[in-house]
Parts: sequence; structure tokens; C-alpha cells
Amino acid sequence: MQEQEGYEWKTVTDDETIIRTHAWSPPGCHPVGCGLQLHVKDGKIVKVEGDPTHPITRGALCPRCLALKEFIYHPDRVLHPMKRAREDRGKDKWEQITWDEAYDIIEENAKRIIKDYGEESIMVFGGTGRQANTYYPLMAFMVFGSPNACYAQSGWSCYGPRATITAHLMGGGYPEIDNACRYPDRYDHPGWEPPKYILLWGKEPLKSNPDGFWGHSVIDLMKRGTKLICVDPRVHWLATRAEQIVQLRPGSDTALALAMLNHIVENDLYDHDFVDRWCYGFEEFAERMKQYPPSWAAPICGVPEEQIIDVATKFATFKHCALGWGLAVDQNPNGVQLAQALLSLLAITGNLDVPGGCTLGTPIAGDDDPARDMANWGFAAGVLKPEVWEKRLGAKEYPGFSTIMNQCHPDFTLAAMQNGDYKCRMAYFHSSNVVSGAIAAQPDKWYEALKDVDFAVAQEPFMNPTAMALADVFLPLTTFAEHDGHVQPHYGLNAAFEAAINKAVTVGDCKCDIEIMIDLGKRMHPEFWNQFDGVVDYLEKRVIPKGMTFDEFRKAGVIQPEEVYRKYEKGMLRPDGQVGFLTTTGRFELYSLAFELFGEDPLPYFEEPPFTPQNKDLDPKILEEYPLILTTGARTYVSFHSEHRQIPSLRAMVPDPLLEMNPVDAEKLGIKDGDWVLIENQFGKCRQRAQVTPTIQPGVVHAMHAWWYPEKDPEAPSLFGAYDSNINTLLPNGYIGKLGFGDTFKANLCKVTKDETNEKEEA
Amino acid sequence: MENYALFVDYEYCSGCKSCELACRNEHDFKPDQWGIRVLEDKPWQLDDGSWEWNYIPLPTKLCDFCKDKIARGEEPSCVMHCQAKVIEFGTYEELLPLLEKKPMGYIVRP
Repeated sequence: MQEQEGYEWKTVTDDETIIRTHAWSPPGCHPVGCGLQLHVKDGKIVKVEGDPTHPITRGALCPRCLALKEFIYHPDRVLHPMKRAREDRGKDKWEQITWDEAYDIIEENAKRIIKDYGEESIMVFGGTGRQANTYYPLMAFMVFGSPNACYAQSGWSCYGPRATITAHLMGGGYPEIDNACRYPDRYDHPGWEPPKYILLWGKEPLKSNPDGFWGHSVIDLMKRGTKLICVDPRVHWLATRAEQIVQLRPGSDTALALAMLNHIVENDLYDHDFVDRWCYGFEEFAERMKQYPPSWAAPICGVPEEQIIDVATKFATFKHCALGWGLAVDQNPNGVQLAQALLSLLAITGNLDVPGGCTLGTPIAGDDDPARDMANWGFAAGVLKPEVWEKRLGAKEYPGFSTIMNQCHPDFTLAAMQNGDYKCRMAYFHSSNVVSGAIAAQPDKWYEALKDVDFAVAQEPFMNPTAMALADVFLPLTTFAEHDGHVQPHYGLNAAFEAAINKAVTVGDCKCDIEIMIDLGKRMHPEFWNQFDGVVDYLEKRVIPKGMTFDEFRKAGVIQPEEVYRKYEKGMLRPDGQVGFLTTTGRFELYSLAFELFGEDPLPYFEEPPFTPQNKDLDPKILEEYPLILTTGARTYVSFHSEHRQIPSLRAMVPDPLLEMNPVDAEKLGIKDGDWVLIENQFGKCRQRAQVTPTIQPGVVHAMHAWWYPEKDPEAPSLFGAYDSNINTLLPNGYIGKLGFGDTFKANLCKVTKDETNEKEEA
Repeated sequence: MENYALFVDYEYCSGCKSCELACRNEHDFKPDQWGIRVLEDKPWQLDDGSWEWNYIPLPTKLCDFCKDKIARGEEPSCVMHCQAKVIEFGTYEELLPLLEKKPMGYIVRP
């Protein structure tokens, strides 16, 4: 553990105080922990600056943190708890109340609902990325004693699949590009080397800072000689700097990965030493790969055979190479096999846990670490009863999912609500914009299913469509500038560091996730929660490194753990201290015994996703009606999914939702750049603005996700224009793989027409 | 500040516009006023299949190289906040060798 030398978290000058802190959320972001200096004068933040002493971000900030003041002091921010009569759901008829009254209402309803219907009838919904990621399962398990924490994306298709498949095949951690993040001297550290190639697969890390990885480190690495291979249907800006752009057809990813493996195995380009010592099932694996030569994959993927051979050869023969695997791995019903193929690629090429390859994390934080089973804490606290845990929705049906994930299964949950098998009596929207945000497929179906819930709470910094549609009580949330806390990239699964979030100012009556959890915990289960005396006490007892006070922790600045490569050789990946991986065989399982146990093929295979032109089982009428391939969800610099739409400087940079389409398609359809267009398929429709660009292939369109309009009518049925432009209305629930993962967000079909309604455009 | 300029490595300017907002934060400019703007040469493809897609940070008349920050021994705001670390501040003598070493760069003086 390396603390930051000479770090001062607080500097007082004659006319201001500078608070150094590390960003998480809200405003929404992954736990990147970027270094900030917040200049405070008379109790208000007057300037936001980066922190040049931060070893990872070195003074840099993205536009979202640079616009932090606009978020914190936005006139629309909700600053006090509010309530609304149940019959006024969907109407802007909120009444300001005290925290005590809000807690009284929640306590009374929760206790009544538990008594009448059981703990399992309370469902806590969580969104993505925010600090609430850690605290919404705890709110379910440790405050209400419910087994149902719900992330409402079809197939739980974000990070969970990659983390789970990693856990099944090799145990724990998360393989991440080695960007020298655990060295205080970073790229100058002796023994560190930049990756020769980074294979960026369905990922554009500059904009997404995925899961806490500082995205612009890829540029640092390129300046030090790293070359890129970008596998993506879109040529994004970073791809124009890549040595190779593998512009594959959306949804064909697994075929490409299998063909790369075929080439590497058939041509003996794999790392024999690693395979012999650390892999299980190579013979069966090699036999299976014979089915997938590059000549087979080329027409499926729309990628030249020579290019597949070239990138496979480079990845196998240059030492070392890293993989940046993105959301596209998750958002595919065949994505489990893609994850399996890509991890196998890392393993057999000897790129696991080596300098310039992919590092493997080991958890470094305290108890609030999702890598461990939070449900166990619920049992230990006496709040979550084992017999209630048995009622977790979809747990028995999807064991490959539920043995690693502590959540209910989203598609199973929605279906159970729709067919009456499960009745949600209380919904707690814990930083989750379910009815119109980024994550829910067909969010209108979730809205419908939740409409008559007995009681609902929303916890947010701003009013949003979900809270307006469904909540009876609104709890106002602090930004990270307004609370103390803890941040570690990758939620601890591969953490570059851990650091303090330091409170700089107070705004309104807002409270943070931890404080609200403790307060409600004391109402629901005082026998457990009375031991915690506020946020700092909770952080010291459960979150920050053991034995440190919070004051010591924040004075330490960025604390980097030691980088240890090849942990499998050192007995560091298993709790029993044995060498090898945390699997039944102790080896990286190329042939997965876990998959076999869960009824899935133990070896990776290709299956055409449900809605593509090459799916032979698809009704030809659908293809005729909806001839364009729809892919979705690429990020911009200026929003975190459905957040930030009301921040003036950010909205000015991307004022409208954009549909990328090739000039060839645009001309055929009589669409010009900037035209509003209707995007439709058999599941739904929405409107966005055409962005005509050669960076997307003919026949493919890409739609931005998570659009709503804070400036539009807040009341139902508009709900801030919740369904005007939300592309997820075209993306169905229920198209998942055998293990319960995957969806069609990256590959579906649609038609696009010029929007003739001539609605008045925003000035 | 007449001996000073900015060197920009536009090979790696990722177009994030952090410099635009960082500059405004430092100078407290109104929303429609800028000390630096990021221009874009939108993507187009060469006959050999490679791409041109460039972002060009361009300081305006309002740029004073953050003279107050410089006086405190700090970097100009756009330099410090740049995520891709593609802007350097210095004298012509300091910046010229950067340009000699680096294709896809330029030295600019507001």
C-alpha cells in the first residue's frame, strides 16, 4: 500500500478553502476517482479544478466534472424531501416535507407491507455505475430484509456477465488493461512495459471510463508505443488512430473471436507453458475450435479472412498484449460465449496478469465490496432471513447467474410481475430511472408492470421520469461534493487505488446513500443499525482500510496497492493460499465445469443473435419490414446515460439524440444530416436526429441511448418526453442466453423514415 | 506573454472539449464566451482506407495563457485539464523542438 506523499486534503487561504477530493457520484459516473480541487468560498463552490498530484488523472477532468457547479447549483435540483398522494402519481403535485416525515411514511408502509405480504414483496431497483451500485443491494438485504435487488436491464447485461464469466472460468477479479495504475511513478516504473497491442472489443474507453478505468490512459499508452486493434461496427475517433479497424457486423462478435482462437490453436501460436501449467481442458477446447476457421467467420462477420488471421497472429505473437472488452460482450445473448472466448484468448496467449497484458484484481477494500456476497452480511445482521432469500426471483431458474450475482433476475422478474406470479408491493428506486433511462429494455413495459405498486420511493438529485411517474416519496441525494465517502475503481474487482471522497459543501437538506441507509436501517432494524453513529463511523467500521480513521484515510490521498503480476503462481488468487486459479480444477478452465453444471455447453460456440439479417429462424417478413441493423448505446463525453441532460454547458455540446447512418442509406431514404427521423420496429418506435456519417457501415444505424427531456412536460403521459426518443422502446426483454445473460441492445433491426410531423424543433 | 505559445499534438486530441470548460471555469467567462474552442475536421476516408478525423483546439482573443496561474507556478487551465495531455505551454524555443519531433502538431499563438 502506497500513500500519496505530501498530500493535503484541505488548504485554507485568506479568502477560500480548497478541498481535494476524488469523484464518484452523483452526478453519475463509474468509480473512476478522478482527482479534484473544489474551491469553496462562503460555503459555496466557486471553482472546480483538477488535481495535478493525482497519479492517474494528473490534473485532467472530463467535461462532466468541469460542469459540476452547474449540476450542484442547478435551479431544478430537488433540495428537500417531498411526498405526493398515491392518486397523484404522474402529476407534478409534490409537497415539501421533513426527513422525519419521509422516514415515518417509508417505515410505516414498509412494515405494513412486510407484515401483510413478506419482505420479498419489496423490490429495490438500482441503476448503473453510481455509488448506489454498492448501496442498493444493501438497502434490500440489510434494511428491508428483501432478497430482491433489481438491476432492470434484460439479461443483467452490463459488467455482471463479464464479471460472472470471469468468476466461473478462473475465479474473481476482473482482467483490465495494464496502464501502470498501481505505481506512484506510473509509466516510468522499472519493469513495467506498455502493451504491444490493445484489442479494444466493443469499447470506446475515452468517453466511458469503463468501470473506473481512466479511459484516456489508452492515449498515454499509444504515446508510449502501444498499437490498437479496434473491433467495432462503428469507426469511432479512437479507431481512426488504430492500426487495425475490424468493422464487424453487429452481433457477429463471437464468430470473430472463435476464428481468432482457431487460427492461434491450428497454427500453434499459443503459449504452451501457460496452457500446460495453468489451463484445464485444452484438448477438448482445441477440438472444438477446429469448427471455426477464419474462412468460416469472414462472411458471418463481414470481415476479410486475412484481417482475422492478421489480428489473431499479432495478438498471439507480440508480448504482451491487452484486451479491453466492452459492453458489447454483455449485450448479446451469445455474449457469455464471447466472454468465454475472449478470456480463453487472453489465457492461451499468456497475457493474463503480466506486464503490458491484462492485470487481475484482488479485492482490496473493506466489507462493502460487491465481490463478496452481500447477502451473507444480511444474514449475519439478522435482517435477511435465509428462508426469504430462497424467494429471490429467478435464482433457481438461472443458477449460473445467481451463484455469482446477488440480484434477482431482471427478465424473470418482469415476466413474473406481468403474469401475476409476483406482486411488487413496494418499489424503491435507488438511483434508477427504470421507466425511461439507459438500462431497461422496453422501459414502458416496466412502467406498466409497476404502475399499481402500493408504495414507491425515489432517491435522486433531480426529478426524473421514474420518480414523476411512480414515487410517493422523493428523497433528495447529495452530490459527491456534499458527502464523505470512499471510491475504488472497478468496485474493488481490479482497483488501481482507493481514496476518500471529501465533503466540501452543504446544499439544501440532501443526504447521501450511506446516511439514508443508516437512518432507514435504524427505523427498520435498530438492533443492527444502532451500532453506526453516522456516515464516517460507518465508513470506518465497514468500508475504508481496517485500522484507519477516516481522517487518516483522507490525509493519505490516493492509496495504491502493490502491483503483483502472475498471482496464480504465488497463491494469491485463492483463499486457501494454493497456487492456481479459484476454480474446481485450480486451473483456468478452457472447458468449463461450472458451465456444464449449469446446463450450458462447457465450450464456447457461435449462435446467431435473434434479430439479425443472418438469422435463418427469423420470419423473413420482419427483415423485409425492418431492413436496417440497429446498434445502440455508444457514449458521449457529456452525459452519463440518462443523467446530465439538464446541464446547460453539456447539453449545448450534444443538444439532441443522434442516429448515425451511412450516406448511402440516407440518400436512399431521402434523409439529410440533421433531419428528425422515426426509428421503428415490431417492439416500438422513437424519434432522433439523423447524423449522416461514413463512420458507420451501410445497412447499419447506431442510436444514442437514454434520452429524455428535462425541459418537456413533466406530467404523465409525457413524463419529460420519456418515450419520445428512448431507443430502448425498440429493444425487447426476454432474449437472453442459457445462463440468463445478454440482450439485443447491440444488434436488432429497425426501419428509419424521415419524420414528417414537422414538429417545431428546439430553437 | 509575447514570447509564449501553445503546442498542440492534434494526433491525439480526442475532442472531449474539457479545455473549453476548464478555460471558462478559470476565467469565469459567460456561457457564450470562450478562451479556446475545439474545431472539428469531420471524418472522411482516404483512398487507401485510412481515416482523417481531427480536432483542432484554437485559442481565442480571450486567451491570456492563464497568466495568474502561470504566476503561481501552475499550468494554464487547458493544459492541466486536457485528458489526452496534448497541449503544451512554453516559449517558441521550448516548443519548436516538439514540432520538429512530432508530426500532426502545430504551434499557435492567440
